[in-house]
Amino acid sequence: MIQEETFDVTVIGAGAAGLAAAAVTAAAGKTTIVIDREDRPGGILRQCIHNGFGLRYFKEELTGPEYAEQAAEKAEKAGANLRLGATVLDMKKEPDGTLLLLVLSPGDGVRKIRSLAVILAMGCRERNRGNLAIPGSRPAGVFTAGAAQKLLNMEGILPGKKAVIVGSGDIGLIMARRLRWSGIKVEAVVEIMPYPAGLTRNIVQCLNDFGIPLYLEHSVVNILGRERVEGVEVAPLKDGIPQTERKFHIDCDTVLFSVGLIPENELSSSVGVALNPSTGGPLVDSGYETGVPGIFAAGNVLHVHDLVDFVSEEAEHAAQMVIRRLNGETAPGGTFPVKVESNLKYVVPNRCRNGQDTRFAFRSLIVTNDAELEAEQNGKIIWKRHYNYIRPAEMIIVDLKAEQLKEEGELTFRLKKGEKI
Amino acid sequence: MTYDVAIIGAGVTGASSAWHLSRYQLKAVLLERWADVCFGVSKANSGIIHGGFHHPVSTLKARLEIRGNLMFERLQHELGFPFKRTGILVVAFSEEEMSTVHKLYEQGIRNGVRDLEMCGRDRLLQLEEKLNPEVVGGFFAPGGGTIEPYRYVFSLVEAARRNDVDLKCNFEVAGADRQENTWLIRSANGEEVRARYVVNAAGLFADRVSRIFGAEEFTIHPRKGEEYLLDRNSPARPQRVIFPVPTEHSKGVLVIPTAEGTTMIGPTADPVENKLDTTTSADNMKRILAHVRNMVNGISPRDLITSFAGLRPVMDNEDFYIALSEKAPDFVQAAGIQSPGLTASPAIGEYVKELLKSAGLPLLEKVHIVSELAPRHEIRHEPIEEMERLHREDPAWTHIICRCEKISEAEIVEAVRKGHTTLDGVKFYTRAGMGRCQGGFCSAKIMKIISRETGIPMEKLTKKGGKSRLAVGRLGDLKVETNQKTSEA
Repeated sequence: MIQEETFDVTVIGAGAAGLAAAAVTAAAGKTTIVIDREDRPGGILRQCIHNGFGLRYFKEELTGPEYAEQAAEKAEKAGANLRLGATVLDMKKEPDGTLLLLVLSPGDGVRKIRSLAVILAMGCRERNRGNLAIPGSRPAGVFTAGAAQKLLNMEGILPGKKAVIVGSGDIGLIMARRLRWSGIKVEAVVEIMPYPAGLTRNIVQCLNDFGIPLYLEHSVVNILGRERVEGVEVAPLKDGIPQTERKFHIDCDTVLFSVGLIPENELSSSVGVALNPSTGGPLVDSGYETGVPGIFAAGNVLHVHDLVDFVSEEAEHAAQMVIRRLNGETAPGGTFPVKVESNLKYVVPNRCRNGQDTRFAFRSLIVTNDAELEAEQNGKIIWKRHYNYIRPAEMIIVDLKAEQLKEEGELTFRLKKGEKI
Repeated sequence: MTYDVAIIGAGVTGASSAWHLSRYQLKAVLLERWADVCFGVSKANSGIIHGGFHHPVSTLKARLEIRGNLMFERLQHELGFPFKRTGILVVAFSEEEMSTVHKLYEQGIRNGVRDLEMCGRDRLLQLEEKLNPEVVGGFFAPGGGTIEPYRYVFSLVEAARRNDVDLKCNFEVAGADRQENTWLIRSANGEEVRARYVVNAAGLFADRVSRIFGAEEFTIHPRKGEEYLLDRNSPARPQRVIFPVPTEHSKGVLVIPTAEGTTMIGPTADPVENKLDTTTSADNMKRILAHVRNMVNGISPRDLITSFAGLRPVMDNEDFYIALSEKAPDFVQAAGIQSPGLTASPAIGEYVKELLKSAGLPLLEKVHIVSELAPRHEIRHEPIEEMERLHREDPAWTHIICRCEKISEAEIVEAVRKGHTTLDGVKFYTRAGMGRCQGGFCSAKIMKIISRETGIPMEKLTKKGGKSRLAVGRLGDLKVETNQKTSEA
């Protein structure tokens, strides 16, 4: 007989989101289990040994492992159970409305875990060379930035001697500096967009301080080398098309890809959770509940965040909503859709409820130092704010109070670019 | 010692020959140039079991294809690799293409292929709902199917080894001498092997091997095929293998529901000069996408997870060249094994065995042979009770290492203990690293397991043998330059 366990709340993933959510539900007296594949909690934070984390959430500057440790401690102190080295193979909704997970782990073998609510907190994976179909050969020495980070920071392994980084995402930028500190040369960072994908502070501290060239609007058009990488060919882009007659060679033995993150929602989809094509994450309401009642989502599995502190905050918020749901405290108002128009890539949540405090998260599609974000409902502008600094790399977060969301009716956000450059 | 037979090349041709010979009282050895078996032509095979209608029965390849096709149920039963008779649809999108469809259908009938069925649009859409509804007509070959080519080769080699065939990897044939009715074969790194008979199953390099043995002069022309793999959740995955109407040099670009649940699109067919050129190109990706999007709905570049290329070893006359050498004694040529070589392989192995017999190799059946491999456990396919039982046997069975393909630590350990000690070797044996993250999450874990099991330090492990080192050293090995400025952002 397969053993079955029952909890009020199951959290899938013990990264920043999962640990923060579990701390809240456990502290409220809800029996909570957190399931994670790794042997230790913390998720990707554990390999991010640089600092710059936690100023907002823990009010002190921490490294990734320190952040992970504090988050795990908080969850455990609150009474959450951690089930580590464990993989969720299957999830289904039972006729009685409970959620049943099939979990494998070397410690406990096969377990069924039943709960009233599930919080999805699986984070994301890195896009890789195969997703982009970068041409060339398939030698050793091609890594995603995160995989190289794991080898270097957790195993003490040097992935190469001379690297080119494809994409200017934050992990790639952090890795550029990390490689230099390990004695590995970094020949270039190559970015297809006309602006960097990562945060400005990382461009400055990880590239400029080391004199590492950043090629904007350039693309790697060929990876060379049969056994181990021997170089790459890079070409400038014109109207998005590589100008191969202007391509140039860069000698290297390592290529790291930092070309974006994809929320890991294969498990979510398998149980019928509908996804937002603009984020890759579940469509949720302002209670962070997905289209499948009882299943909630928070953190990078919902949409890719810029700072881990926002992940923890979002997860706490989601956990509060889970508690209210379990306690049968439904907000009074009705729900209505939330949409984005000009210059915004997405908004989370996708539905909201009047009469309830709500946090909205957005990503801009434009780089600007003069813009106005406005919210329109029932033909009226119900809220607006001016911004002096908007970058696609940085999330925009807007907290609206219950009294600002008095009415029902579709809510539309748009980002209007000002006159100033 | 002197082997009775040395087979040069541990791809599908060599492996099948070894498996057939392993039933007899003789001592054979497989000599493989690369670090693992199936690392050459066979690795990049499309994995199609062809339907016997593409080539006229006047060719050797058609005869062996038709016979080979019929042998797969039994082989699957004995060796346990993933194989499914999905059926093949050849689809036409114009009346001109329909005329070729008719010719192919009639060729299939003449070849003696049974159950071929001409289909109008409605029948095609009934057989395959993913087809573009603009399809005009085509035909259905229920005997076609898909297979995991490397799993097939691994199990052939494993079964041959269980029956006393030796395997030497990293053995690149560099020279050969005839001494007292025996071949003395030398490798590039100075190893020597003696054998009475030699089978040349060297794939792309069969021409060079033939020359080394003083046998026939011929040229193997590499013809490249690029393939692109789509996520197992791609909405495009069809039920059956979808073929376009073929061209002169290839069977065209296909949509393949692989035996392990992903969808593959390709291959191209372009002649190249370099026999090691397995590069892919942006133009061919666009070409393939354009072709297949016309045939099947739901194909999106967003679902791409990887791409690769392989080279077909092509003879001037496009046929297989399987014969006793007329110039070199006791030397069997098994060259030019391009498509449909995988389908034909069971019959090729048999044919090679018969040629050796005709050259005087005595074939006495062994009293005891291992005719079936024990079924391999794969946690992703086990029922819950069996998962629990495996866990009690070894907790590594419930420790998932590759999250995308759900491969357990126990499966990886098994691969390493069977001699697959490179990252690619483990990947092709177990599927760990073949899924949507392409090893982003599990490579370091797999490297740790290989290192633990073999004692090779992690930083010395390779992707596919030779100089394909995955790392260059340990933290602290490189001198750090200190020309950093410090800025406040």
